[in-house]
Amino acid sequence: MIVRIATKKNCYQDSVKLMQITNHIKAMPGIITAAAFMGTDNNKATMSRAGFDLAQMDQAGPNDILFLVKGEDEASVEAAIVRYQFALDEQDTGSETGAPAPRSVSSAGSMLPGANLALISVPGEYASYEAFKALRAGMNVHLFSDNVPIEQEIRLKKLGQRLGLLVMGPDCGTSIIGGVPLGFANVVASGPVGIVGASGTGIQQLSVLIDRLGSGVSHAIGVGGRDLTDAVGGISTSMALDVLEDDDQTKVIVLISKPPGTQTRKRIIEKVKASSKPVVVIFFGGDKSFVDGQEYAAANLEQGAAMAVALAAGKEPGSDIISFPRDGVGDIVVKETGGKAASRKYLRGLFSGGSLAAEALLELNEYISPVTSNIHPDPALKTADVDKSSGHTVIDMGDDYFTQGRPHPMIDPYYRAERLLAEWADPEVAVILCDVVLGHGCHPNPAGALAEAVKEARSQYGEGVTVVASVCGTEKDPQILSVQEALLKEAGVLVFPTNVFAAQVAGEITRISFERSDAGDKKAY
Amino acid sequence: MTKKLINSRPKVVNVGVDTFGDSVKAAGSDSVQVDWRPPAQGDAELINILLALEEYHDEIGKANEKAVEKVLAAQPVWIDVGPALDVIPGFTPDTVLHAGPPVTWEDMCGPMKGAVIGALIFEGRAKDKDEAVALAASGTLKFSPCHHFNAVGPMSGVITASMPVIVVENKTDGNLAYSNFNSEKNRKALSFGAFDQDVQDILIWQRDVMGPMLGKAVREMGGIDLKAITARALQMGDECHNRHVASTSLLLREMMPTLARLDLPREQLAELADYMLHNDWFFLNFSMAACKATMDSGHGVPMSTMVTAMARNGVKVGIRVSGLGEKWFTAPAPPIRGLMFPPFTEKDANPDMGDSTITETCGIGAFAMAAAPAMVKLVGGTVAEAIGFTKTMADITIAENKAYTIPTLDFLGTPTGIDIRKVVDTGILPKINTGIAHRQPGYGIVGAGITEIPMECFVAALKAMYQSI
Repeated sequence: MIVRIATKKNCYQDSVKLMQITNHIKAMPGIITAAAFMGTDNNKATMSRAGFDLAQMDQAGPNDILFLVKGEDEASVEAAIVRYQFALDEQDTGSETGAPAPRSVSSAGSMLPGANLALISVPGEYASYEAFKALRAGMNVHLFSDNVPIEQEIRLKKLGQRLGLLVMGPDCGTSIIGGVPLGFANVVASGPVGIVGASGTGIQQLSVLIDRLGSGVSHAIGVGGRDLTDAVGGISTSMALDVLEDDDQTKVIVLISKPPGTQTRKRIIEKVKASSKPVVVIFFGGDKSFVDGQEYAAANLEQGAAMAVALAAGKEPGSDIISFPRDGVGDIVVKETGGKAASRKYLRGLFSGGSLAAEALLELNEYISPVTSNIHPDPALKTADVDKSSGHTVIDMGDDYFTQGRPHPMIDPYYRAERLLAEWADPEVAVILCDVVLGHGCHPNPAGALAEAVKEARSQYGEGVTVVASVCGTEKDPQILSVQEALLKEAGVLVFPTNVFAAQVAGEITRISFERSDAGDKKAY
Repeated sequence: MTKKLINSRPKVVNVGVDTFGDSVKAAGSDSVQVDWRPPAQGDAELINILLALEEYHDEIGKANEKAVEKVLAAQPVWIDVGPALDVIPGFTPDTVLHAGPPVTWEDMCGPMKGAVIGALIFEGRAKDKDEAVALAASGTLKFSPCHHFNAVGPMSGVITASMPVIVVENKTDGNLAYSNFNSEKNRKALSFGAFDQDVQDILIWQRDVMGPMLGKAVREMGGIDLKAITARALQMGDECHNRHVASTSLLLREMMPTLARLDLPREQLAELADYMLHNDWFFLNFSMAACKATMDSGHGVPMSTMVTAMARNGVKVGIRVSGLGEKWFTAPAPPIRGLMFPPFTEKDANPDMGDSTITETCGIGAFAMAAAPAMVKLVGGTVAEAIGFTKTMADITIAENKAYTIPTLDFLGTPTGIDIRKVVDTGILPKINTGIAHRQPGYGIVGAGITEIPMECFVAALKAMYQSI
C-alpha cells in the first residue's frame, strides 16, 4: 500500500467542493481511500487519528489544501494526484468575463445593487467576522455556519438589533424568505403561514407538511438553536415575530421552540400573547412548560403543521389533530415483528437532520426505553461511544462531531451509508430508523444513497432488519418526493409521510420485538 | 432594513457553499458569490484582533473618514524650487536623506550606497568613491529617511544639501512636501546607485541651470496645480508612478509660455526641453511630492487605520499609519517580478527600493493600473489583469477618489486610503509598480516590474493598533 500527501498552497476551497473532487478520485482503480481538506489544526488532528503522518502535513496552513491518498501501488496514487491537481485547477479558472470575482462581502454587495442579505456558510471559526462585515454593509445575515462561539452570537445579534437587521443563526440550516430558499430549504407553495424556528430541519419538515396539506408558507425565518437561551435572550426570535406580525401575507405564525431560558420564555410568551395573529407553538426538546397555557400548543411538527393549516383556513384545530391518518399501521407492525430472530431487539436511528433526530428521540421514548443519543439532553443518556451504538440508540450524524472538516450528511450521505452497514451487521438490531431530507442545498439523490446501502447490507448480512424512513420533501423539490420515496420502497424500506409517524411505527415494531426477544422476559419494558 | 428584506425578494451575497447561491438563483432571485478565503489567512490570533477592533467599528470608521477626507480634499500645488539646505526645515550640510524606513550606512544596499557616494562627490565632500565611503562610515553624516523631513525620493532617495528640491504645498491645509529632481535621463542614474561623471554632470546641471530656471518660472506662475495634471494624465494612459509620458508633457506645456517669456539663455531653455524630452520619468518626483503633501494631511488622526506612507530602502519595507504616530512597521524588502533589461538577469536585481510607493499610498500608481494598461506589459500581463489590479485594490481601501477617474472603468475613482484592517482581513497586498536597481553600486537601472508590500508590515501595525486601544 502506498500513502501520499500533497499540498496546494493558498487555494481555499470549501469542504463540499473538496468532497466532490475526492469522490471522483475514490472511484479510480487502485485507490483505497482519498481525502482533501484545508490544513487547519482540527483537520490535521482528525487525519492524524485516521492514521496519516502529522509530520507530513506540517507545512500546510488553514489556507492550504492537503490531499491525502492511499492506493494499492505507486502508479494509481500518482494518477490520483494528477487527477486531483487537474480538478483543482479547473476550480481555479474564475468567471467567464475574466473580471475577478469579488473577494469580500462588501465588494460583492457593490456588484449587486440592493443586496440585502448575506448567506454565510464558511467554517465557524471564520464566520462571525464575515457576519460582522455583512451587518456593517447593511445586510441581513443568514448564518448557516455552526461552531460560532456564543459570545460572538450575542455581539452579532445585539449589533443587528441596533442596526435593524436580522441575524438568522448561527447554525441556522434553513430559511425561506419570500419563496427564496436559504441554505437547506424545500420548494414549498407560497401561502399564509409564517414560521419562526430555532431549528433547521424542523423548519423543513414543517414547511413541507404545510405544503403537502395544501397550504403554503409566507416566510420561514431561522434563528439558530441558541437564540432562546437567556444568554442570547431571543433577540432574533423576537425580531422575526415582529416581522411576521407586520407582514400582510402572514395570517398564522408557527413558532418552533427549543428549551428557552426563564427570562426569555417570559418575554417571548408575552410577545406571542400580544400578537394579533394566531400563533402555534411547537414544543421541542424537553421542556413542556414553554407551551403550557398556550392557546395552540403542538406536540410535534406534524401536529403543528395541521394546526397552522386549519387556522389559516379559518378553522379551530382540536388538540389531537394530526396530518395523516394512521390506518393500516397495525398490519405493518404484525408483519414486521412476525418471525424476527430472538436476538433482534434494538432500534438504531441514523439521522441527517438534527431536529428530526430530536423529534424522533422524544417520540421513541413513548415506546422504548432507555434510548441513548449523542444529542440527548440528559447527560446520563448521552451515547458513550458516538462511533459505536449499543442498545436503543439515536445518532444525529449532522452533529459537530461528524461534520468537523467534512460536509453535512444532508450533502454527503455516504458516511451514514457506512454506518448503516455497521448497524445492520449487529445481530441485536431489529429496526433502523432514518430520515431523508430533500430540497435545495441537499444531496441530489439522498434516498438513492440510502437505498443502495440497504441493498448492500441485506446482501452482506441477510434479512431480519426493518428499515423505517420518512422523506422530508415536496414534489416541487429538485429530487422529487415521489421519486425518492419510490427508491426507498423498492429497496424494501417502510416509508411514512412524516418523521414522527415513522418514529411511532419504528418504536412500536421495536417495542414488540424487544418483548418477544431473548431480553424480553429478563428486562421489563 | 429587515422590513425591506421581507417586502422585496432577498438579494443575496453568498459566502461559502456555492450551491446555496445556485438555489437562490433557481428561485428567481439574485446571488453574487464571494471568492472567499479565510480572514487573516486563517490566523486565529489575528482574527481575534480583528474581532476585538470590530467593537470600535464606529470610532475607527469616523477616524478613517476624517483621514481620507483630508486626503481627498488636499490640493497639492508646486510652488517653488530651492536647494535642500535652504528650503527643507532642519536640513544641515551633513544631512543625507535616503528612501524608506531608517537604515544605517553599514546596512544600506548596494545601489543606495552608490547614490550616497555620488552625492558626496557632487557635494565636494569626497573626490572619489574611496573617500566617499570613508566619510560615509565616519559617523559625521546624519543619515535620515526622507519621510522624516516631509520629503520623498525615488529609488535610493538620496538628497543632500545643495541639490535643488521641488516644494509642494497642500493649499487646503498649508503643509509642505519636498522631492528632488528626477535623475533618470540615463539608465545609469544617481537614484539607481550610479555615480560616474555622466551622473555628476546631470547633478551639476540640475543645480546650476534647471533648478534656478524652473524655480523662477514656477514662482512667476504663482504655482502649478499638480492635482489637475495628475487627473488629466490618468485619463491619458499614465498611472503616475512608473509611466509619466502624458504628465511630463502636460507639465512642459503648462510652463512653456512662462519659460519662453522669462529672459533665459536660449541654449539653457533648449537643454531643459531636451532633458524633459529624453526623460520619461521627469514628472515622477512631482507626482511623489504631491502625494506626500496629500498623505501627510491625513496623518495623525487618532484611531485611524489608514496607511499614510509606504516606503522601501532596498533592505526593508516600512509603512506608517495615520493613528499610530511616527513609527515604522517594517518587513524585509521583497524581490520584484518584472522585465530585466538585457544583459541583466534577476540575480542582478536589488530588492524593492524607493519612496515612490507614496503614489500607491495615495491611490495612484499600481492602484490606477486600469488607467495605464500598457504597464502590465512589464509582467507579461493582460489588459483584464490591469483592470483587475485597480478593482482588487478597492477591497483594501477606504474611499474612491472622484478627482482621479479612470475612463475605461466608466470613470470609476481610484481606490484610495489603504486600511490595515482590510489588508490583514483579505490577505490582499497593495500592489506596486517600480523600477529595479542593480544590486551593486554604480550600475543604475536594470529593469522594471511589479511587487507587493509584505503582509508583515500590516500585521505589525494592526497589532500596535490593537494594543493602543
